[in-house]
Amino acid sequence: MNFMRNRTLLIGSLDGRFNARVPLRNIIVSCILAVAALFLSVFALRLGTIPISLADMMSALVGRATPRIIMIIVEWRLPRITMALIIGAALGMSGALFQSLIRNPLGSPDVIGFNTGAYTGVLIVITLLHGDNNITITLGALCGGIATAVAVYLLAWKQGIQGFRLIIIGIAVSAMLTAFNTWLMLSGTHETVMSAALWGAGSLNGMTWSRATPSAIACITGMLLCLGLVRHVRLMEMGDDMAGALGLSVGRTRLWLMIIGVLLVAAATAATGPVVFIALAAPQIAQRLCNTRSMVLMSSAGTGALLLLLADTIAQHLFTPYSLPVGIVTVSLGGVYMIWLLLRGTP
Amino acid sequence: MNASRISRLLWLGTGLFVLAMVFIASLGIGAKPLPLGIVMDSLLGKLDGPESTIVLQSRLPRALIGVFGGAALGVSGALMQTLTRNPLADPGIVGVNAGAGLAVTLGFAFAGITQPYSLFAYSFTGALLTALLVHLISIKGVARPDPVRFILAGLAVGAMMNGISSAITMLLPQVFNRMRFWMAGSLDVGELTLVFAAMPLICLGCLAALALARPINALEMGNDTAAALGTNPIRTQTATLLTVALLSGTVTAVTGPIGFVGLMIPYIARWTVGPDLRWLLPFAFLYAPILLLCSDIAGRLAVAGELRVSTVTAFIGAPVLILLARSRTAERSGSQ
Repeated sequence: MNFMRNRTLLIGSLDGRFNARVPLRNIIVSCILAVAALFLSVFALRLGTIPISLADMMSALVGRATPRIIMIIVEWRLPRITMALIIGAALGMSGALFQSLIRNPLGSPDVIGFNTGAYTGVLIVITLLHGDNNITITLGALCGGIATAVAVYLLAWKQGIQGFRLIIIGIAVSAMLTAFNTWLMLSGTHETVMSAALWGAGSLNGMTWSRATPSAIACITGMLLCLGLVRHVRLMEMGDDMAGALGLSVGRTRLWLMIIGVLLVAAATAATGPVVFIALAAPQIAQRLCNTRSMVLMSSAGTGALLLLLADTIAQHLFTPYSLPVGIVTVSLGGVYMIWLLLRGTP
Repeated sequence: MNASRISRLLWLGTGLFVLAMVFIASLGIGAKPLPLGIVMDSLLGKLDGPESTIVLQSRLPRALIGVFGGAALGVSGALMQTLTRNPLADPGIVGVNAGAGLAVTLGFAFAGITQPYSLFAYSFTGALLTALLVHLISIKGVARPDPVRFILAGLAVGAMMNGISSAITMLLPQVFNRMRFWMAGSLDVGELTLVFAAMPLICLGCLAALALARPINALEMGNDTAAALGTNPIRTQTATLLTVALLSGTVTAVTGPIGFVGLMIPYIARWTVGPDLRWLLPFAFLYAPILLLCSDIAGRLAVAGELRVSTVTAFIGAPVLILLARSRTAERSGSQ
């Protein structure tokens, strides 16, 4: 471990137009996370009511197995696992972005009420506007989530953002929206409400390639944009004055980073429904793994992907033949994680 | 001193009068409005027929649980806020309701509870264990109670318990069906037996709270001063915790989770009659039911299909919570 301390890797071209300094430890952590995610994916691909051997699985992936096994692996299990990884990564990265911008470990989209607001948006679309297709649901989730996050942020703003106030106001607004949501659920007809409730539980069940594609594209675009701005994130962490002195347009950068963060969490939420805790915990865990106080975007994404895949595997297989929505597993895990944080006296 | 005592008595007298009015109104107002005479006659047993059935079978349980449940919510909220020295402590916010909910879910799922008292026992145990857990987590490793940690611990424990409850209800459809009505948080309990079973427990809890008022007042001055004044801090805190669990556990068992009443009423009470618990508790006992019954009536009138009371209290309470969080007291307690 000792040799890793303070070692940094310089990547760049000789003319200096492109260069990056990355601490060695971050790279190693990211690689370990990627390998772990790969192993877990293979494990999850084989797991299920129809057990499939490793050899069968490999030949199915290259398209040389029986049609039945190809169907199971490529059409049923693979999209779910791929989406768990992509969405987990998007949530982890957006959490890192938010926590860095708000400068508070609790400033994640879950706390700001994004998920509850997105659910309200979806319910309004389904029950009041009767728009029951993927595009309108996505738009509803997007509008509801963003409006709620902005409202909570503005209500909590009082000469700056303070963590405690943000949490309490997040609780209050979420409580109000939850009450509104249950009322909408009761006033709708049975079928419309059922489809909304399925979304609201936060689940990767029945994920198909066609359902996954739009959200996956949005998530990956967002993550690439975010990585492109990683240097700005570093500068912003030094404080507004310092960043401004170093030639950064602080207001505009913050706005862009916020937009990317919201895009990431919105794309993820639209595909699965609200999945809490990943955006809250992944950046914190990644920081501890990398032993740093600054935000580590890649490692947060890796941790998020691993966490969501793990939670989904638990949700799917712990109580076979029943499978739970992954959102329920993550909310319970999130509670345990926060208790652990409190017991260690961190926040 | 004298003038303030008169004004406090005036507040309590007004509260009693308003509560009586709201109680009668709650019997008369609804999908089928009934005039005062019919309500009184059916209460006194002078009337037979569909109207008296509506009053006695449907609205009386609702109004009674509104009175006693509201009192329990208000008193337990006041006790909890004073004990934890946290103006934002509310059984709903710090996860006690979620704990009671988990215990009731477990009871429905694995023990098949049917009797009211076994329901109360589960709910009480759940509330007590949750309150203890939250308390222990929040005090571990810090020199003095920290309100922020208390709220965070409650949030975490509540999230975990809600997650487990919903996992159980999703895995067992028959439990989902029973919990669906319970989780709604409504005064429309429909059974007089359940209400009558809860009433003595709530009265017991409120009397215990009154008896504890003086020792808790002493605790307000700090544990050392309280000990010097002859109060045993540990015993008082334990008794208060038990009382809070009894009150909030019982009311949650009957109505399901109703938030924010226990948050708002003590705040208003401190503003009107001051922080002395001997006055604050009677105030909460009278005014919390007024708030709850008014919310219930408002829910009946607001939309055709009725809004449940927990929805209405959330809509009244959440803005209050936002104002409190932005106010200076919360800032002071949250600024560590």
